[in-house]
Amino acid sequence: MSEPITGITTPIRMEYRYTPGTATSLFLRAMKEGRFEGRRCPSCQKVYFPPRGGCSMCGVEFAESVPLKNTGTIATYTVVNVNFANRTVDLPYVVAEVKFDGADVTTSLLLKGVGVDEVRQGMRVEAKWIPEDEWDFSLANISHVEALDEPDAPLESYKDAI
Amino acid sequence: MSEEVLSAPHIMEFPYTRSTGPVVGAFLTGLRDQKVLGYQASDGRVMCPPPEFDAGTNAPVDAAGLVEVGAEGVVTSWSWNPVPRDGNPFDRPFAWALVKLDGADSSILHALDADRGAISTGMRVKVRWAEERVGFINDIACFEPA
Amino acid sequence: MRDVAIVSFAQHSQRREDSRNEIEILLPVIRDALAPIGLKTQDMGFTVSGSTDYLAGQAFAFVSALDAVGPWPPISESHVEMDGAFALYEAWVRLQHGDIDTALVYSFGKSSPGDVGRVLALQLEPYLLGPLWPDAVSLAALQARALLDSGKATEKDFARVVARSRRNARSNPFAQLQGDVDEAALLEEPLYADPFRLHDLPPVTDGAACIILAAGDRARELSDNPVWIKGIDHRIDLQAPGSRDLTVSPSTKLAAEKVGIPADVDLAEIHAPFSSQELILIEALGLDESKTAINPSGGALAANAVMVAGLQRFGEAFNRIQAGDGKNAVVHATGGPCLQQNLVAVLEAGK
Repeated sequence: MSEPITGITTPIRMEYRYTPGTATSLFLRAMKEGRFEGRRCPSCQKVYFPPRGGCSMCGVEFAESVPLKNTGTIATYTVVNVNFANRTVDLPYVVAEVKFDGADVTTSLLLKGVGVDEVRQGMRVEAKWIPEDEWDFSLANISHVEALDEPDAPLESYKDAI
Repeated sequence: MSEEVLSAPHIMEFPYTRSTGPVVGAFLTGLRDQKVLGYQASDGRVMCPPPEFDAGTNAPVDAAGLVEVGAEGVVTSWSWNPVPRDGNPFDRPFAWALVKLDGADSSILHALDADRGAISTGMRVKVRWAEERVGFINDIACFEPA
Repeated sequence: MRDVAIVSFAQHSQRREDSRNEIEILLPVIRDALAPIGLKTQDMGFTVSGSTDYLAGQAFAFVSALDAVGPWPPISESHVEMDGAFALYEAWVRLQHGDIDTALVYSFGKSSPGDVGRVLALQLEPYLLGPLWPDAVSLAALQARALLDSGKATEKDFARVVARSRRNARSNPFAQLQGDVDEAALLEEPLYADPFRLHDLPPVTDGAACIILAAGDRARELSDNPVWIKGIDHRIDLQAPGSRDLTVSPSTKLAAEKVGIPADVDLAEIHAPFSSQELILIEALGLDESKTAINPSGGALAANAVMVAGLQRFGEAFNRIQAGDGKNAVVHATGGPCLQQNLVAVLEAGK
């Protein structure tokens, strides 16, 4: 009790009403309805999924919504071997950067059903949704991706997304 | 609000842990032991709370040389806070006060437990110590009229 | 020193942006600033922004905001966790290096998603002050009380500042609070954060601003009437509000001395979020209210997007000089509790 003080904890807690903005709201509404919807940049024509405020390369607002398929290609991936707080998946596992068909950017998703030494760039995958009655305004409606029984996609088809 | 745009509650929390360093550590240790410490600066003024560096010479302050000031003092300014917030010393509207403790030449900020109509600049106040003191600024529960 | 001028300015502010996120607010502002000079982001020698992530509650929100400038191919870029006016200072310094001729400065702040008074408590010293969570209004009210107690100002003076802001803001389309108000009527309103009445506080504002700087002949190429930065300086006072005389602003005074404010300055855009602070700053800047138009835009009492309101002072002064309302202006921006950090600049018309 008579030890000198050398450290203190000063926790902070802040409450906000968060607005994702116009483009991301459209994306989240589509997710709620079970649809993949990207947004196209009118300048470079790239399709963003998920979209944020605008094209992060050109600095312009998105012009139109683009329906996307449920299937895509693993552009790159990482194998997670290290434990961390709030982890919910058994180690080791794969996080894949998936370029969905029709999109030009990748989305980070869990890969299931493929061993960590089998995963490879170009692997074709399909999004798996959580039960429909649990769908929310969230990318978490996609629980993971699984491999498709298809030949790998050529590097040319995803190299710009790496 | 536009019907197309979503919004949701968002809560951000960080459990910051901070090293106090020698001077703040000594000040907080003093509070725990019901002593308020100050620093006699190179210009002769006693600063409370003590700074970590002397404002006149930029020299690091030696924690061993801190001096005790009084637990009573005088209000140098005050304001009324109509909207208490999480972490404030009170969960009802209350006054903030800058208090120049006896023996000090600068003021320390804390809450003042007094009716709004009874507060005035220049009034005498004293430290109300927290019952449980842990080495934190809230070891001073608040000031109260002396 | 190289001569540096403001060649373009665009802004947006309104009470509450429910629909658009920060990037969506910024996109048209940056486009509007670039359009008159016919350049794009990649033509800029340097880009720098001012903002604080705590406003949105998202770490590295300032990185996301870069999307709004179109940073591809990669640009030379920086950020300050301060008002955009301090980002402008960095751009001015960068232009002094001599190897680039243009710089784009922007800032953004949505003050409405959280409790902005509490957000600003996060800029306090985190050991002895921060844990008590004194909000920005309470701290400014302590300063206002000290000013009243000193006898240098009265509540009537506070009301006069507010009435002038509201009156001047009538011609500012980006102002939130404007109109003809009677000073006596203001004083009949109840005290809120005693000694403040509600009207002594700034409104909660969401906004963004963008300024483009250019050096020397490049400025003359880009604009027929560039507005030159004749001097710019910023200084800081002690951090603990209880360790300084809150009724004066030594850092503003010192910055003003370094800059050299002309005796015949036509207008002043002063970043004073609270009525009492405008009085302290007028004194520190040595301004004569009978000769210099104070806050012709209405100032921060009319619209106060946090992290933007200082940069807007530059833009408002630029607009008025370009419009011929004055030949020169003093611009001020502040940050920190109770006017802790202060920036002063002098702008002037001329080829």
